[in-house]
Amino acid sequence: MADEREKIVQVRNLKQYFNIGKPNEVKAVDDISFDIYKGETFGLVGESGSGKSTTGRSIIRLYDPTDGQILFNGQDISKIKSHGPQMKEFRREMQMIFQDPYASLNPRMKVKDIIAEGLDVHGLVKGEEEREKRVRELLDMVHLNPEHMTRYPYEFSGGQRQRIGIARALAVEPQFVIADEPISALDVSIQAQVVNLMQDIQKEQGLTYMFIAHDLSMVKYISDRIAVMYHGKIVELADSDEIYNHPLHAYTQSLLSAIPVPDPEIEKTRERIDFDHSQPFSDDQSLQEVLPGHFLYCNAETAASFK
Amino acid sequence: MDKILEVKDLHVNFATYNGTVQAIRGVSFDLNAGETLAIVGESGSGKSITVRSILQLLAKNADIAKGSILYHGDDLLQKSEKGMDNIRGNKISMIFQDPMTSLDPTMPIGKQVAEPLLIHNNVSKKDAMARAEEVLRLVGIPNPKARMKDYPHQFSGGQRQRIVIAIAIVDYPEILIADEPTTALDVTVQAEIIDLLKELQQKIGTSIIFITHDLGVVAGIADRVAVMYAGKFVEYGSVNDIFYNPQHPYTWGLLDSMPTLDTSEANRLNSIPGTPPNLLNPPKGDAFAPRNKYAMEIDEEEQPPYFKVSKNHYAATWLLHPNAPKVDPPASIKKRFEKFKQLGGSVK
Amino acid sequence: MGVKNNMEQIPNVPKEKFKLIHDENNNEQEKIGTPSLTYLQDVRRRLFSNKVAVVCLTLLSIIVLISLFAPLVAPHNPNAQQVTLSNLPPKLGNLNIPGFNGYQNMGGKMVDAYKQAGASKDTFYLLGTDYLGRDLLSRIIYGTRLSLIVAILATLVDLIIGVPYGIVSGWKGGRTDTIMQRIVEIVSSVPNLIVVILMMIILKPGLGSIVIAIAITGWVTMARLIRAQTFQLKEQEYILAARTLGESSTKIATKHLIPNLSSTIIIQTMFTIPNAIFFEAFLSFIGIGIPAPNASLGTLLSDGQKAFRFLPYQMWAPAIILSIIMIATNLLGDGLRDAFDPQSDD
Repeated sequence: MADEREKIVQVRNLKQYFNIGKPNEVKAVDDISFDIYKGETFGLVGESGSGKSTTGRSIIRLYDPTDGQILFNGQDISKIKSHGPQMKEFRREMQMIFQDPYASLNPRMKVKDIIAEGLDVHGLVKGEEEREKRVRELLDMVHLNPEHMTRYPYEFSGGQRQRIGIARALAVEPQFVIADEPISALDVSIQAQVVNLMQDIQKEQGLTYMFIAHDLSMVKYISDRIAVMYHGKIVELADSDEIYNHPLHAYTQSLLSAIPVPDPEIEKTRERIDFDHSQPFSDDQSLQEVLPGHFLYCNAETAASFK
Repeated sequence: MDKILEVKDLHVNFATYNGTVQAIRGVSFDLNAGETLAIVGESGSGKSITVRSILQLLAKNADIAKGSILYHGDDLLQKSEKGMDNIRGNKISMIFQDPMTSLDPTMPIGKQVAEPLLIHNNVSKKDAMARAEEVLRLVGIPNPKARMKDYPHQFSGGQRQRIVIAIAIVDYPEILIADEPTTALDVTVQAEIIDLLKELQQKIGTSIIFITHDLGVVAGIADRVAVMYAGKFVEYGSVNDIFYNPQHPYTWGLLDSMPTLDTSEANRLNSIPGTPPNLLNPPKGDAFAPRNKYAMEIDEEEQPPYFKVSKNHYAATWLLHPNAPKVDPPASIKKRFEKFKQLGGSVK
Repeated sequence: MGVKNNMEQIPNVPKEKFKLIHDENNNEQEKIGTPSLTYLQDVRRRLFSNKVAVVCLTLLSIIVLISLFAPLVAPHNPNAQQVTLSNLPPKLGNLNIPGFNGYQNMGGKMVDAYKQAGASKDTFYLLGTDYLGRDLLSRIIYGTRLSLIVAILATLVDLIIGVPYGIVSGWKGGRTDTIMQRIVEIVSSVPNLIVVILMMIILKPGLGSIVIAIAITGWVTMARLIRAQTFQLKEQEYILAARTLGESSTKIATKHLIPNLSSTIIIQTMFTIPNAIFFEAFLSFIGIGIPAPNASLGTLLSDGQKAFRFLPYQMWAPAIILSIIMIATNLLGDGLRDAFDPQSDD
């Protein structure tokens, strides 16, 4: 059963507000809770402004959470100091892959120095020789030609750059990797390369992924479980097949109905479901487990109707 | 069917510090009245440059080296800058990817929509504004009369793209070129915009050239499809030809690398290995050969001609040569062939 | 799509050409064909293809070299007076080049000024002498040298105060940034001419007070530019990546921020230099800069201006040199901006 599996990340009532107390206060993430199990791929889906990227950045502590707890391997990391030894340890365990292959690599650094950045910070290699050897291994792992380690990022294509970003994240041997829209800036034929690579590495090293995206078909493919975010809240969370086959929340339904399918016959008959954005939430609603492993943001009455 | 646009053997080069980049290497197509032609390709394949050449909106270092672009038999490439101004935004108009940068942030939207009319037609300001209001209603801006005085930042991303479309269609152009109009938008908004374009096409009968990298979007909007790779069309045909009877290995690769909703994690995604060629020194043979699982010796020596698959369906691959060996396409493609048979097509 | 020449007849290709040649472990596709160029090599290439910038760079290099080796190059001691040989016009050897032959218009007649002053046959001054008989060429060389010293000091102030100030302000953001920006506003609201005049109460006029005035106010523009750039850079994903890897703020500044700020820094420096030179010249011209007898471009202009109607060469020479330095640094700055930021050139 799901509950017996080891939890690597537990998010409890996480809130991330910006410009607190000012007229332009933004509740980017508004009281969300979820668990991520060891070894799984947890998909986080939402449209722009839903708070999905903010959630990822709060978990990896690029932001200081406004409220709530983030347990990583049972330890609360939401309040550790940003430059203490605890934080340094945590920085090795959790890593991030970024969206924009053009902005995520320092244009003034050689590929080998980009990849070795984490090795240098944490003192994982001794001497230039070992450093170079490790960089070669990492480049090999992401199927890049190690001969190119002295080149600069702009000489690589988008897909190759994204793989350099993956190598940089994996250099410190993390347990948990947050991938923040890692393929949305890539071409279709290249997306599959990157997704396959991520899956291979996951199998080899037993990694846990949190995969943030707006492309639902790819998320469905890569994820074991999916959470759908809307306006800073998780509105539905379930196994990926379950979400696709039996979406319960109206927003999830509208999102699924909008995915274009590369098949003209299906496209001809596709019916879009519109979602009414005017009154999405009411005060009596919360995220509740309405079916085993299937969570829905709803009120008690709706929840009872599934029993 | 009426051919309104004919592009013949278009070659476009770009002068760069490293040398001449041959971005478009011989593209020919035509566009019929009232149809939607989708050009699909990855970034750098030259799909945007192809359509920008039509309106001559290319960067300064571009050179249209060869070819002709006939609009009702008139070569647009021979036209003066002034002659082009009478075509742009009037007979042929364009929608770009980013709705925010396509709108002037300092001008109320009503005025922006009315502007093409004031430039091209002899209409009074009052008439132009009335027309702008009508078009804004047509593209689904609620309460257009009141909102015409609003500025772009007061609208959401999807609404902004609707306004951009309104500007493009206010003069009821014959051809609407949409360059990745939905790429920057969320899926639900994307679906709305595509529905809107289809609806507008019905109402005003414009032809659409739709540029995208997303095959899902193509399936929903196109009548005919051209697949572009490394500055050339590798395959073109009707939407059913391309989706159910694809012949070029690159088209196979594209279709095969997309997960469908019933692809589960058990069957791995098929990716096209490698990256597109550098068009600074385009390969002598087939540009796709280095990434092609089915590459043959001839691919490295000579560029394949267009082989006719059926009426109006052509593909540039040596695999269609009678002497070529029979290859086994990916499983998902075979499924598509099955569907083609069900739809009454004949598969080779 | 009805392309007419589409293969109505199929080309004749021998069967053996249709062998499948696919190689599963083909790694060729990942090869990069183009030669490796570092960013700086690329910048250099773009800069050298800009003719104006190359001419400016050459001129400035010559000026810098000459003033660097001033004691070796200057034909005379710049401060040595020879009252008998005062106000001599330019003379280039015994060659009879008009304008450089030592002749001078006196009461409507061209007179050999050197003969009149009783100079020996092989005495000549390339750019003439001033009212105290000092060699103008040597004075200009030493004056340029002084101007360049001021420029270097101003640049150092920019780099030592302006750059770190801007980085800290932009990186920290929030309250720190607000306080630091208020300080910048206060500093920049005081005209630096007033600072110099106040400085004269404590210090004697001279290089010291000019440099202090520049140090107090000169770094403000650089700090503002760097702050704005840092604000943009700190949201870049590679900076976020460095943070998630646990890189310290100092390391982020030196490894990521400064290399990516370098173009801004260099370009801004190219605009600081002429400003500083002009500031010094201006102060010296109005008499609160470099004190006599030392030469600076400003004092030379000031002296020359007094006799401009009768002895125009005394002002022309320093004025031309000052103009060349100003124009060349500005144009080189433009060239560098284009070279560093290729988008700006189309």
